[in-house]
Amino acid sequence: MLVVMSCIFARQPRRERFKVHQEFSEVQLQLAATVADFVSSEVLPNAGAWDEEHRFPIEQVRMMGEMGLFGIVFPEEYGGGAGDFTSFCLAVEELAKGDASIAITLSAGVGLGANPIYQFGGEEQRQRWLPQLCTGSALAAFGLTEPDAGSDAGATQSRAERTGSGWRISGSKAYITNSGTEMTKVITVTARTGQGISAFVIPAGAPGLTVEPAYRKLGWHASDTHGLTLDGVEVGEESLLGEEGRGFRQFLAILDDGRISVAALALGQAEACLRESLAYAKTRNAFGGPIGRFQAIAFKIADMETAIEAARALVYRAAGLKDHGAPFKKEAAVAKLFATEAAVAAAREAVQIFGGAGFIEESPVARYFRDSKILEIGEGTSEIQRMVIARSLGLPV
Amino acid sequence: MKIAAFVKQIPDQAAPQALDPDSFRLVRSGKMIIDDSDSYGVEVSLQLAEKLGAEVVVVSMAPGQETSGVRTALAMGAASAIVVSDDQLAGADALLTARVLAQAVSRTGADLVVAATESTDGYTGTVPAQVAALLGWPALTFAKELEVDGSTVRIKRQTEDGFDEVEAELPAVVSVTAGSVVPRYPSFKGIMGAKSKPVELLSLADLGVAAEVGERVLGVRDAEARAAGEVFEDDGTAEERIVAFLDEIKVL
Ligand SMILES: Cc1cc2nc3c(=O)[nH]c(=O)nc-3n(C[C@H](O)[C@H](O)[C@H](O)COP(=O)(O)OP(=O)(O)OC[C@H]3O[C@@H](n4cnc5c(N)ncnc54)[C@H](O)[C@@H]3O)c2cc1C
Ligand SMILES: Cc1cc2nc3c(=O)[nH]c(=O)nc-3n(C[C@H](O)[C@H](O)[C@H](O)COP(=O)(O)OP(=O)(O)OC[C@H]3O[C@@H](n4cnc5c(N)ncnc54)[C@H](O)[C@@H]3O)c2cc1C
Repeated sequence: MLVVMSCIFARQPRRERFKVHQEFSEVQLQLAATVADFVSSEVLPNAGAWDEEHRFPIEQVRMMGEMGLFGIVFPEEYGGGAGDFTSFCLAVEELAKGDASIAITLSAGVGLGANPIYQFGGEEQRQRWLPQLCTGSALAAFGLTEPDAGSDAGATQSRAERTGSGWRISGSKAYITNSGTEMTKVITVTARTGQGISAFVIPAGAPGLTVEPAYRKLGWHASDTHGLTLDGVEVGEESLLGEEGRGFRQFLAILDDGRISVAALALGQAEACLRESLAYAKTRNAFGGPIGRFQAIAFKIADMETAIEAARALVYRAAGLKDHGAPFKKEAAVAKLFATEAAVAAAREAVQIFGGAGFIEESPVARYFRDSKILEIGEGTSEIQRMVIARSLGLPV
Repeated sequence: MKIAAFVKQIPDQAAPQALDPDSFRLVRSGKMIIDDSDSYGVEVSLQLAEKLGAEVVVVSMAPGQETSGVRTALAMGAASAIVVSDDQLAGADALLTARVLAQAVSRTGADLVVAATESTDGYTGTVPAQVAALLGWPALTFAKELEVDGSTVRIKRQTEDGFDEVEAELPAVVSVTAGSVVPRYPSFKGIMGAKSKPVELLSLADLGVAAEVGERVLGVRDAEARAAGEVFEDDGTAEERIVAFLDEIKVL
């Protein structure tokens, strides 16, 4: 017995030290306040119309570029702001309080678009693309998903073959964010080369690259999403991103970063649901008073607040670990899983609190309801997040 | 050339506001931000400075060494700031405010002051003209456009039915109207850079200004609730009736 006890004690891992309270710096708070200002004057008044008209708000996205939001995390030598990932997540969260579509434009533009070029590009690639991407005069997309390869990205079928002077790429990509806007200048795609998968940087408008008509989506109407067809797209030697055959590992790393910012987006979305629900519960009357005095309604809102607090702690813990150079793969998956499911639940309950008005397109919560579902699917489905978490605990799923 | 841009830091208008029951002054204990009116003045100053290769220095009087609103102006692109804070300034009236600001302007070496026409909270609209009088500089008020040509400052002065062109020789004080320009959002780099820009904190003694207040607010009453508007149902004559109504209240 004693032996077993000591064995258990010996096997307890040492408790990690980390700050319990997340304290944001002056710079981070001022950035969040600035983006919040931008959201109240530029996003909130227009988001309903963008949604209805399926319009990518290019003017506002350009303004975000001028504000340096696309460059926050990149070094100054590439036109970036040399800021941390936490700051970037704050910007995404604030945007999502106004509109999920414009928030994913930033999140994907940086996390999926510019980040691979920065992480794996050579000096020439970085110099060619990052300065325009950081200042928002250009937008980048990342094409990983294919009609027959989503969660199972290793099943990628697109192919790249060597030519005398570079590569010829053929295949098709599905659901690629930011791939067809007026300001899209570059798309990174993954394709099979020899044994492995590699990544290639393709300038928009390259001969053989067809951007298919925009999808009609359940939500995220103001975000730009297209399928891509690559029919013998010829690119130079320099367009290979990083090492040949390492593409699979590369995008797994990229997705870990992206998951934290998608979690921040989900957090902002849930906060928007809370804001609208709270205001409605205080002003909508039934049975002689505001509906917020019914416990059934008040408790839904209490649950929303609880989930938001928990999501916030998870998001900024994952971001903080990344900023401190600590491993964060599991924490990113945990934050993404929890925050996105919290956002979907918050949107569902917000519609319930709004009653019939919530089912009508004029109400913001109808849009939040449609916008939130994708959060549990994009950049790794909830099932995939659970798989990552379970694996990190040593389970062979 | 140096341009002094006035920045009043005021309680966040989105948060609930309260008056102190004894002094009838605004309670200024919570979070303070740049007065929206002044973000126009700062933008006008920055645009002018960019054109002339000049430098913008922010001047503010605020309780408790408050700098958060000033930081916004620095993040927008101003080069430095002077903030005057002193316990003796609690309950300052517009004239004392103007004396403090005028003295602070003298220290900056600026030859152009840009203020807003009126603040959002106090709203007396008297400070810019008082500062001009104290400095002995001309006051050009209600500017919707501002340009400097050599040593001449020229404005378009907003009037009820258009604008007047007014000019004066520098040094001068200009007050700009809200909506004259679109204030830029501070960029992330601007926010990062603002951290290391110099902010000089001064007391009344540093400026050699005495805390004399000649004015006291004796009482404050709620404004009359707005009466319900008149609804014109369109039976084919609504247009005529609306025109007649607008004519009657003399807005046509
Ligand atoms: C609006 C939008 C924007 C997008 N933007 C981009 C983009 O910019 N770039 C990009 O590359 N992709 C993008 N995607 C694609 C997105 O990442 C994929 O849709 C997502 O990864 C899921 O892949 P899939 O659609 O092929 O689903 P599948 O992989 O076919 O999954 C179907 C179902 O099976 C489940 N499943 C699959 N494998 C397992 C497993 N091992 N265990 C348990 N369950 C499993 C999934 O969780 C899901 O419920 C976008 C998608 C949308 C809708
Ligand atoms: C309810 C109430 C009633 C008041 N009544 C009076 C009164 O009758 N008489 C009186 O003298 N005072 C009065 N005050 C006090 C007055 O508001 C303050 O003295 C204030 O500091 C200056 O006046 P203002 O905000 O009205 O300035 P305004 O003249 O409206 O301001 C014009 C511009 O001057 C600049 N400016 C003003 N203050 C500052 C500052 N602190 N720092 C930097 N720039 C600045 C800004 O650019 C501002 O937009 C009253 C205050 C309250 C709350």
